[in-house]
Amino acid sequence: MYPYIPHTPEDEREMLDAIGLKSSSELFSDIPEDVALNRDLNLKPSMSELEVKSYLNNLAAKNCSTSKMTCFLGAGAYDHYIPSIIDHIISRSEFYTSYTPYQPEISQGTLQYLFEYQTLICNLTGMDVANASLYDGGTAIAEAALMAASVARKDEIIISKTVNPQARRILKTYAHNQGFTIKEVEMKDGITDLEELESMVSDDTGAVIVQSPNFFGIIEDLEATSQITHKAKKAAVIASVDPISLGILKKPADLGVDIVVGEGQGMGIPLSFGGPYLGFIAVKKNYMRKLPGRIVGQTEDVDGKRSFVLTLTAREQHIRREKATSNICSNQGLNTLAATVYMVTLGKEGLREVALQSTKKAHYAFEKLIESGKYKPVFDKPFFKEFAIKSDIDADKIIADLRKEDIIGGYHLGIDYPQLNNSILYAVTEKRTKEEIDKLSSVLEGI
Amino acid sequence: MRDYNKLIFELSKPGRKGYRLPPLDVEDKDISEYIPEEFINENELDLPEVTEVEVIRHYTNLSNKNYGLDTGFYPLGSCTMKYNPKINEDTSRLDGFANLHPLQREDCIQGSLQLMYELQESLCEIAGMDQMTLQPAAGAHGELTAIMVIKAYHEKNGDTQRDKIIVPDSAHGTNPATAVMAGYKIIEVKSTENGLVDVEALKAVVGDDTAGLMLTNPNTLGLFEKDIKEIAKIVHDAGGQLYYDGANANAILGHARPGDMGFDAVHFNIHKTFSTPHGGGGPGSGPVGVKEHLAEFLPVPVVAKDNQRYYLNYDYPNSIGKVKDFYGHFGILVRAYTYILTMGKDGLKKASEMAVLNANYLLSQLKDDYNLPIDGLYKHEFVLGGLKGDLLEATTLDVAKRLLDFGFHPPTVYFPLIIREALMIEPTETETKETLDAFAEALKTIAKESKEDIEMLKTAPHNTVVRRPDETKAARNPVLRYEG
Amino acid sequence: MKVLKDLFYSDDHEWVKVEGNEAYIGITDFAQNQLGDIVYVELPEIDDEIEKEEPFSAIESVKAASDVYMPIDGKVIEVNEQLLDSPELINDDAFESWIIKVELTDKGQLDDLMSSKEYEEYISEEV
Repeated sequence: MYPYIPHTPEDEREMLDAIGLKSSSELFSDIPEDVALNRDLNLKPSMSELEVKSYLNNLAAKNCSTSKMTCFLGAGAYDHYIPSIIDHIISRSEFYTSYTPYQPEISQGTLQYLFEYQTLICNLTGMDVANASLYDGGTAIAEAALMAASVARKDEIIISKTVNPQARRILKTYAHNQGFTIKEVEMKDGITDLEELESMVSDDTGAVIVQSPNFFGIIEDLEATSQITHKAKKAAVIASVDPISLGILKKPADLGVDIVVGEGQGMGIPLSFGGPYLGFIAVKKNYMRKLPGRIVGQTEDVDGKRSFVLTLTAREQHIRREKATSNICSNQGLNTLAATVYMVTLGKEGLREVALQSTKKAHYAFEKLIESGKYKPVFDKPFFKEFAIKSDIDADKIIADLRKEDIIGGYHLGIDYPQLNNSILYAVTEKRTKEEIDKLSSVLEGI
Repeated sequence: MRDYNKLIFELSKPGRKGYRLPPLDVEDKDISEYIPEEFINENELDLPEVTEVEVIRHYTNLSNKNYGLDTGFYPLGSCTMKYNPKINEDTSRLDGFANLHPLQREDCIQGSLQLMYELQESLCEIAGMDQMTLQPAAGAHGELTAIMVIKAYHEKNGDTQRDKIIVPDSAHGTNPATAVMAGYKIIEVKSTENGLVDVEALKAVVGDDTAGLMLTNPNTLGLFEKDIKEIAKIVHDAGGQLYYDGANANAILGHARPGDMGFDAVHFNIHKTFSTPHGGGGPGSGPVGVKEHLAEFLPVPVVAKDNQRYYLNYDYPNSIGKVKDFYGHFGILVRAYTYILTMGKDGLKKASEMAVLNANYLLSQLKDDYNLPIDGLYKHEFVLGGLKGDLLEATTLDVAKRLLDFGFHPPTVYFPLIIREALMIEPTETETKETLDAFAEALKTIAKESKEDIEMLKTAPHNTVVRRPDETKAARNPVLRYEG
Repeated sequence: MKVLKDLFYSDDHEWVKVEGNEAYIGITDFAQNQLGDIVYVELPEIDDEIEKEEPFSAIESVKAASDVYMPIDGKVIEVNEQLLDSPELINDDAFESWIIKVELTDKGQLDDLMSSKEYEEYISEEV
């Protein structure tokens, strides 16, 4: 007997009789002999819960978690504080064991939190419409770019080199397969070179993609980017933003941005070795009917009660098939719930305070680290919660030495930008204390 | 509680707070010292102000309006709504897994890499494939990754004239949508009267423009494609590749493997076959396995092992590139591996056997009252063609809505498209005979009502918190956010 | 099912009303009935030159979406913007609610289309 397979031998017998079969092996008589697997799978035999837990406990213990070490690593995934309430809500099995809300009568819970999530994302970004989420920040950029270019009926997409290198690689993969051309704008002192952008934007341009705060933590001039981009007919500005930064920074919609995307992991989702996270996308109204992914709308039921349904579904693959906006067939369901609970629990004041504390602690760390002159700033531009510093010491040695002191060091920028060899990107969230930052500084001084 | 009808925004009251941060312990300068004012938002944020208690009550009340697998039977065809074991939730939340940054040094992440490596090996064995990537975020993303891999293969061979992907008419909508997203044109091939791929029709459409064929086996009707070897030969002889959509893999674990059937690439829906929760729509996970000749095109990085050291291998010069941030939905992968360890080789095989038994048993109980367009031995699911009787007013939609009153989640309806009034039923292996009997009884009662009390069906559901919300109104005048 | 005289019909259920060198194009009553409640009509852009059998619009109902094909070559000179806000007008009267007005490039192609009588027979076979 297996814990998740309920039949007794008597059940099996009765059921086979009802079908008219002698043995359960006959259930597979339609699989031709030359296709059937006539041996056991080469896997371990089944195990008890106790054995499985102990095996996986051992594996987990081989990792160095952020609860045992102090994390100054960011580069797209951040160690923000996660309020206890979140895991309790997403652990309600009515939420996590439910399917996509195709039957609205018994899915109002899911549908309503998605509607709330869409509203919160719109309120935060200032945009008109948000969908019910995409896989992650990187694929959200790619989906946004493909949507924008196809709406504009152009085949050229421009992306700044200050956008997360990972996302740029994903975009290249997606774009290559659909025959779009990707052009990259150079950077100048850590931000997008707007003069170069201006020279590149033309009537062939379908979209211009920037990130702010960018990969180096620096705040980009979205307003100027929008003005340059909109000189080209129908070209869209796509901004990838850190939602936490919107606690203090201007709303992208107020800066002329057409499509806002981003990674929502910082909003109550654990680091979990890179996923699952949460991609969000919000657009101006004219893109509403071309948005990829699910959208929830408000309506009324036969008794006139406010209710919620999946809507504008004719955009999607299960109806439009090969003419769908995207092939996406899921959203990040449970992670959108985590982010929703995060946004409402922190609320008006809380999100601002997380953003403010992260900024102030990051700037304290920056000043502390460059104090002695051993480490120097890489860029001289206003930043949010991440900054880059450089020295003559090998970056890998620095990160290895920090690890010995139970500190998870920053990200070596030389991996993606050869010209930034031995520059390290540090992230400081509201979770870091002065004591931890001072320790980072003193360990770095001693290397 | 069922009548609770507030949005979180309607609970907001100025001054309320649901959080508390420690006081700032570094120097508190004004933000404008750090960031120029032109970038700063001077206005208040447009977020609600609520307390923790209100948040908990609000979402608990919302959860009560939801139906989950833990609430009851969920026979959604093609979705494999099997029980989500609780140990999976615990292991995915282990400190070493949940609180691990993806960019940490290799020696800090050995436990996660080992888990991913062992999962890759297990999935390769189950699929009969040579290499596996765990990156794709969901089934559709796995499809896309696999088709892009196939495209890279043809491009490397200079076979760029291969611009068509063949898809059966019974296929899930993601298949054609995926192929187009990968830059292909679609050729649809018809099914035979028996619901299988029409081999002659396939022969007629393959050629030197064929990039590949996308197929599930068992197919969307729940029938095993017996001619799979011949189908594979036809496609391969034409120079195309064969891609296995793993949506229906729960039917064949340990009994047959896509690799042995002749498939070159496969994706699994981890959230179907390997018991991870659907989460109200996600996150899922869609690993892709390939045969050796396609391995060089997999997205980077692939988890590899060198003696006792595990590492992320980026050395794939012909890779299609990256398809996803970091390495995939790791938290979901932990759950899947937990399930594979729990079930083992014997349990997985048994699971498929019982899934098939449950499907065929349930079918035997329903044949008398519902149309069965194609009779035969089914695998993990079967498709009915609505209520019996010629001039019935009752539609499949009515049946589905009435089932809600009986406390069951309805089956998948109106899919596949090739069956009229389709009801696609997949009970999975985790349901008892008693549950199946109760469900069959409900469907029989509904069949009876369709003849005696049609209004009961037409006005169903009667007991749910809302009843038949107006989807036309929602789509004509979209209200997609709360406006106050 | 309503079929108007003096119009031309395509086998994809579009109608063409010719006025000199220009023509209005819409979908037939039969087509709107098949689609059900229409929730959105996607329109082409003015000056788009679209060839016969190419899609020029997409019509969405709640559970379906259909492309609408050019019955004849033409250059779009006007689109019915009323449909953007009130797509249900097509359900109300499919022949009154034209989708686009085009400048015809080859009037000879009209010979390939059906007359109202032929179309009536055509749809009676489809039913």
